[in-house]
Amino acid sequence: MANKQPLVTIKGKKDGLILSLDDRCSFEQLIAELKTKLSVQGTYYHDDPLISVKVEAGNRYLTEEDRKEIHKIIREEKQLFVAEISSNVFTAEQVEEKVKQQQLTTLTQYIRSGQEVRVDGDILLIGDVNPGGKIIATGNIYVMGALRGIAHAGYSGQDDKVITASLMKPSQLMIADVISRDPDPNGEGTHVMEFAYVDHNTGTISVDRLQSLFRRSLESTKRS
Amino acid sequence: MGEAIVITSGKGGVGKTTTTANIGTALALQNKKVCLVDTDIGLRNLDVIMGLENRIIYDIVDVAEGRCKLSQTLIKDKRFECLKLVPAAQAKDKTSIQPEQMKAIIDELKRDFDYVLIDCPAGIEQGFKNAIAGADHSIVVTTPENSAVRDADRIIGLLEKEPNISSPRLIINRIRNHMVKTGGMLEIDEILDVLAVDLLGVVVDDEEVISASNKGEPIALNPSSRASIAYRNIARRILGESVPLMSLDENKGFFKKVKKMLGMR
Repeated sequence: MANKQPLVTIKGKKDGLILSLDDRCSFEQLIAELKTKLSVQGTYYHDDPLISVKVEAGNRYLTEEDRKEIHKIIREEKQLFVAEISSNVFTAEQVEEKVKQQQLTTLTQYIRSGQEVRVDGDILLIGDVNPGGKIIATGNIYVMGALRGIAHAGYSGQDDKVITASLMKPSQLMIADVISRDPDPNGEGTHVMEFAYVDHNTGTISVDRLQSLFRRSLESTKRS
Repeated sequence: MGEAIVITSGKGGVGKTTTTANIGTALALQNKKVCLVDTDIGLRNLDVIMGLENRIIYDIVDVAEGRCKLSQTLIKDKRFECLKLVPAAQAKDKTSIQPEQMKAIIDELKRDFDYVLIDCPAGIEQGFKNAIAGADHSIVVTTPENSAVRDADRIIGLLEKEPNISSPRLIINRIRNHMVKTGGMLEIDEILDVLAVDLLGVVVDDEEVISASNKGEPIALNPSSRASIAYRNIARRILGESVPLMSLDENKGFFKKVKKMLGMR
């Protein structure tokens, strides 16, 4: 590779900067050039808005430490913040983890008192969760039956996960680290399917009719 | 080759032993060869309810430890030739017998009897594991209370994991119709909704059951008691007949009472 080709290319976009990093030089070279490139950037005024930076590492695998270092260098420039560091390369472990998070496990069984079912990703349960039973997923929980026990969605910390049930009569609901006892104790006898989610305005778990789930997902796709 | 049925509940005091004694008696009334096995070692009761306490010489631990033959422990019932009891030991505890030994004993009994009814101790520990070791079928007894239903649910979960035991059937014991009506007791449908198992029978709460147990004569022998009829119906269902559930309404009994007063019974 000719030395003239810059190792760090900076492109300006409407919503911020994109830093394209060369993926064939050594990481030390890259860091050195990144530092010089960023330091020669023009002067900013203090009241300028922060500029978001997307870092594209191309076909280079970045370890956690590498990412932290890049993050640190960019943060040192007062006017810049890192929106995203992306790379085309994942370790096999990361890919496995990703696949797990996205898979849907279907189970046809009763979760009875004293039993605990734990899955990675989403779970579709055809059956009931009885009082004293527990269902745990890192993703969403869909119960085609009565939920009378404990359900914990977003186990590894994502509070955008939901819990749905044909009959929502839980003894406890948890989404990420938000805990709630039956959030809708007056909903006795409703034959409307419901779902539970974290209401970000109040930080608590709310229950709504299943139909509203559609609106919610519509909003979240619009947002992103 | 007969079949072995374990009668269990998880919670104590819901009527496992009474149920065992009465189903056994009701099956014997149908001329089946029945053996009752008490596995509640250390807290044996089945012999008391059957009125056979003073006939015990050898018990199930003696068999397991090789002090006697299995046939020597069999106690013949006072009333039926075809009904036998294998008593539990009273001076030992649950660890004095292993599941494999229990299975061997039950398998041996199955050769000679049509039905082997195993009375399970309360709890889910060693005693429970012993009791279910040789069973082919299971009956879960519960009462219409939340705590008993919870424990029944736990037990059903454990029984469903056992590969050799068919899916459990349920007996709801000591139901009081007036309390169900006022909402103070769980309804049958409510219980079945949660437990999702087949219902084998419903036994009404009947004071006569207690006095009969105290006398050492199972209530199933008394043809006029409502609980007795319930147990007999359960026995018939075990034999494969389809018997409709008895109505719980006590008003129906009024006419009978009049008849009784007039000496028509």
